[in-house]
Order: sequence, then C-alpha cells, then structure tokens
Amino acid sequence: MDILIVLEDSNGKIHRMGLESIVGAQKMAEELGLSIGALVMGANVDLLAEEASGLNVGEVLKVENELLSTYSADGYAETVKQVIEQENPTYVIFGHTYQVRDYAPKVSAKLMKPFIVDNVSVTTNGGNSVFTKLMFNGKLFSDVTPTGDGPYLISFQSAAFSSEKADVGSAPVRDCTVNLDVSMIRTESEEPFQEEAGGIDLTSADIIVSVGRGIGKEGNIPLAKELAQALGGELASSRPVVDAGWLPAAHQIGSSGQSVSPKMYLALGISGAIQHVVGMKGSKNIVAINKDPEAPIFEIADYGVVGDVLEIIPKLTEGIQ
Amino acid sequence: MKIAVLVKQVPGTESPLPIQSNQNWVDEGAVAYVMNESDNYALEEALQIREANDEGEVVAVSLGPDRSQKVIREALAKGADRGIHIQLDTAGMIDPLVTASYFADTFKDENFDLIFTGLQSDDLGMGQTGIILGELLGMSTASMAMATEVGGGKIKVKRELEAGWFQWVSLSLPASVSIQSGLNVPRYPSLKGIMGAKKKEIKVVTPSVANQSQSVEKVYVPQSDKQTVMIEGSVEQIVGKLVETFRNEIKVL
Ligand SMILES: Cc1cc2nc3c(=O)[nH]c(=O)nc-3n(C[C@H](O)[C@H](O)[C@H](O)COP(=O)(O)OP(=O)(O)OC[C@H]3O[C@@H](n4cnc5c(N)ncnc54)[C@H](O)[C@@H]3O)c2cc1C
Repeated sequence: MDILIVLEDSNGKIHRMGLESIVGAQKMAEELGLSIGALVMGANVDLLAEEASGLNVGEVLKVENELLSTYSADGYAETVKQVIEQENPTYVIFGHTYQVRDYAPKVSAKLMKPFIVDNVSVTTNGGNSVFTKLMFNGKLFSDVTPTGDGPYLISFQSAAFSSEKADVGSAPVRDCTVNLDVSMIRTESEEPFQEEAGGIDLTSADIIVSVGRGIGKEGNIPLAKELAQALGGELASSRPVVDAGWLPAAHQIGSSGQSVSPKMYLALGISGAIQHVVGMKGSKNIVAINKDPEAPIFEIADYGVVGDVLEIIPKLTEGIQ
Repeated sequence: MKIAVLVKQVPGTESPLPIQSNQNWVDEGAVAYVMNESDNYALEEALQIREANDEGEVVAVSLGPDRSQKVIREALAKGADRGIHIQLDTAGMIDPLVTASYFADTFKDENFDLIFTGLQSDDLGMGQTGIILGELLGMSTASMAMATEVGGGKIKVKRELEAGWFQWVSLSLPASVSIQSGLNVPRYPSLKGIMGAKKKEIKVVTPSVANQSQSVEKVYVPQSDKQTVMIEGSVEQIVGKLVETFRNEIKVL
C-alpha cells in the first residue's frame, strides 16, 4: 500500500481525529492515484478493526500483541516502525492527537524520516503532496514539503477534515505480526484520571465570557466576572490564565480543557491559537475583542472589535446593567 | 543529577512577523525575541529538581544564531550552571530530525541523566525535538509533563492527556521529557543572578550543516472565508453596538 493510516483507540472506538485524517488520506489517494491501508493495534482490537473495515480504506492491518494492552510510547513506536518496514508505504498518516505527539517522533527518529506535523490541509503540486501547517502560534501559514525518499510521516490537525466525509466501504482485515519484547518497554503507566472540576460545568452554559492573557493581570479578573454576571453567563479562560494561577484549571477551554458550544462565546484578549479554538469553535456566535487586528481569533469570529479589553469591559458591564 | 534544558529563542506573542519579500521566511530583523514559553517552565522544573536534591548541574542549551545567547544568559541568570550555544543560522530551518541530531552530537560525551524541553516551540510548533533527541541518545521519553517526581533511578511524569485527563508514567533514567506550561511558577532572575550569569561559561559549538528532510516552500498570512462583522467607533459607540448586537442579533439579553 502507498498510504498507511494509523488509527488510535479512544474508549473502544476509532479516535475522531483518525477518522478525519482518513478523509485527508482519501484526498491524497484520489489526487495521486495511491492505495490506502489502515492500521489498528492493541491487545484486543477486533472491534476497532471491524469499525475500520467499514471505511473506504482498501484494507485494514491488525496488530495484536499483549505488550500493547496499555499504551506505551516505546511499544507503539516500535510497532508502527516494524509495520512501516514490512509494508513500505510512501505516506504514513496520523491524526495529531496527544498520543501521536508522544510516540510518532520516535518513529521518525528510528527511521530517520521526516514527521510533518499538525497540517490543516494537503494539496497536490506536480505529482507531489504539499502540506500546509500553521506556524507562529497560528499567525502564519506555511507550505511544507518532504525532501528525500519516503516514507514520510504526516499528521493532520483536529478538524482539518470533516469526519462525516469518511466514505463507507468494506475493507478486508489482515493480521500483521510484530516482534516486541518486554525489555523494549522502558515505562510503566498508571490509570488515566480526571481532576476535580470543582462543580464547574461550562458545557451547558448558554453564555460564556472567556478571558485570555490580554486581561493583563490577576487583579483584572473580577472585571470579567462582573461582565459574566451581568450577562447571566459563566466565566472561562485560555490556558495562560490558568497557568498563571489567575483561575482554576476547570475554567480552561481548549484541547486540554473543556469543549463548549454556547449560544455566545465572548473572547476577551484571546489570540485564537488552535489549541484554544478546538474547544470553542462550535459556539453559535463568537464575539472577539482584541487589540491586535491580525489576531487569528478574528478568522473565526462572527463579531469583532479591535480594542482594549480593559477599557471596554467595565463600560460594557455598565451598558448591559 | 545532570540535567540539560533546551531553551529556544522565539518571537514573543506580540512581536511583529513581517514576511520576507521572497516569502521564504519572516524578516527576523523585525522580530522581538523571547524565551519560548514552555522552555521557561522546563528550566524552572530542572532548577527545582537540582535544588531539592542539593546537588547536580543544570545546563542550558540553545541552537540558533548569535542572538540565541540571550536566552542562555537568561537561563544562567535564573540559576542554570553553565550554557552551551550551538551556533547556527536557523532562519527557515524546520527539520526536527536535523535539529535533534545537532543536540545529540553535542551531548555525546555529556551523559545527561535528564533532558528537559518545552513541549513545542511557539514559532515552528513541531513538538518533536526532545523526543527525537531522547530516541537518538537511547533514552526513554515522555511528553507534556504537568508534574515530575525524581527518585530511585526513575522519573515519574504526570502526562497531560486530552480534554482534562492525566496519567502518571514512570520512566527509567536517562530520560528526555517534554514539559507543558503551567506545571510550576517560573522564577524571575535576581539582580545577583544577573550579575553572576556574566561569569558563567557558555561553550560555543559550530556543527557542520546537514541536509533537511522537510523544507518550507513559502509562508503567508491565513485568509478566511468567514464574514466577520467588525464593530467600530469610540469606546461608547462600540459598547452601544455590542449591547444592541447581544439583544437583537444574538438574542442573549
Ligand atoms: C499541546 C498543547 C495544548 C494546549 N492546550 C490549550 C488549551 O486547552 N487551552 C488554551 O487556551 N490553550 C492551550 N494551549 C496553548 C495555546 O497554544 C496558546 O498558547 C494559548 O491558547 C494562548 O492563550 P491567549 O490567547 O490567552 O494568549 P496569547 O496568545 O498571548 O494572546 C493574548 C492576546 O491578547 C491580546 N491583548 C493583549 N492585551 C490586550 C488588551 N489590553 N486588550 C485587548 N486585547 C489584548 C493580544 O493581542 C493577543 O492576541 C495548548 C498548547 C499546546 C501546545
């Protein structure tokens, strides 16, 4: 096969970003006339293999090994490396999940082949794929191409493609064997856990007032709180506000925090980095206030104000009251 | 415990980013540089481990042109013991395999117990250098640490997973760990630290240039098809229009 898609288990189902990356792979396959295979791995992956075989992927490769019963970077990297060596794909496609961030660079190092990460799209130019990714925290796009011989490792950003477009198919499942040894796995993992949310559930809020680093200092947080109260909404934030200890972690919106889709999301001094945007882009109305007219948040905002949040917030609270 | 911390100089969040006329890269002369945010947390974590154990060494290492020495000095002022500058013009250089190889060459005889990096740089956002480096040096690796515990020849790392989940992972040493922002409170350099940093050693190494396995074709400003209604005017006018929009368009008032 020419394109190998590596799928991830997310509570017994194929991770959403894997399904999205299939759509990207299908686009490449169509434009370049390439064949696709999908890889599932774990200790018991019948269900995952079955789900994958319902997609338009040519064939499904299934690796079952006791040493893959829990995730380890060493075990997964070694497995993917061996499958690549057996199958010789030109492209190896991943969703840019946190797990992929953790082990795929190891595959790149083992094979000394490039890992072009976090792409938002792929186009074809003169028979080659050109990958477009965000750089400089979402402020610029960059077109990137691999040089030298494949395989090339590629990951797609969350929501780069709509998973609804993953065509239906009936792919045969083939068993694959890899050689793993206990000594290869140098880590021990405990069970994943969630931290106490402190009674804050932002997912059911209709109105969210969210503050970013642009709020300036901890002492300004009450301004935003008062605005949220005046609107009858909840207070949320971007990561730097939580990192700085200005608000508890339960307020964080984004890929590491909560995902919300309120009727109105008011983004105050938030630049609009992708890791934040994935948690709020489903909002019905996004209103952004930012002093930088080029802030990426304006690309997804329905309403935008270029201005100073510290000037606007108190007057807005007053205006609403 | 001998710890290397990789620190990178990147454009600050509010720096201008003018694109060069040939669209190959940004005009670096116009950029205001700072230490990469997560690297600052990585440095703090290393300093705290050294202080808790009352022994060991923290070495700040940066790859880049001469200007990069500024972030090494900053790390020395905060308490790193010495610095290494891998001197290279990195404009447009985006291949983490190559970057990590330079570090691996430089580290061959250092025998670090730990390598800490930020989880990704705020310019390229590759998020791979530390993990590749660990792999090249035969170390165990973990990414996105939100807490660390060192002891008994191991490092325990609280890894950040998606959507507010975490997982503790225990790694045998030597290990390379990428650090997520927010796991500690980075210190500011003291005046004494700043003075003392001037006397600390920065070793400069110049690597021979290797071929890249991925390259930038062009950089450009994103265009969006989204129609954004821009609300303009004086602060009073803006507030008036916002209230009206909340009431009549979005209907939340
Ligand atoms: C793996 C990973 C996971 C992450 N997870 C998350 C996550 O879950 N959630 C999250 O939010 N981030 C997350 N991040 C961080 C993310 O990449 C960004 O760094 C972060 O979202 C930026 O937050 P910000 O917009 O508040 O700050 P900045 O990017 O610093 O932006 C501040 C903005 O405020 C504006 N501003 C400054 N002063 C004013 C003023 N007086 N008035 C108006 N505007 C002003 C500036 O123009 C700027 O646009 C993650 C990153 C990584 C790598």
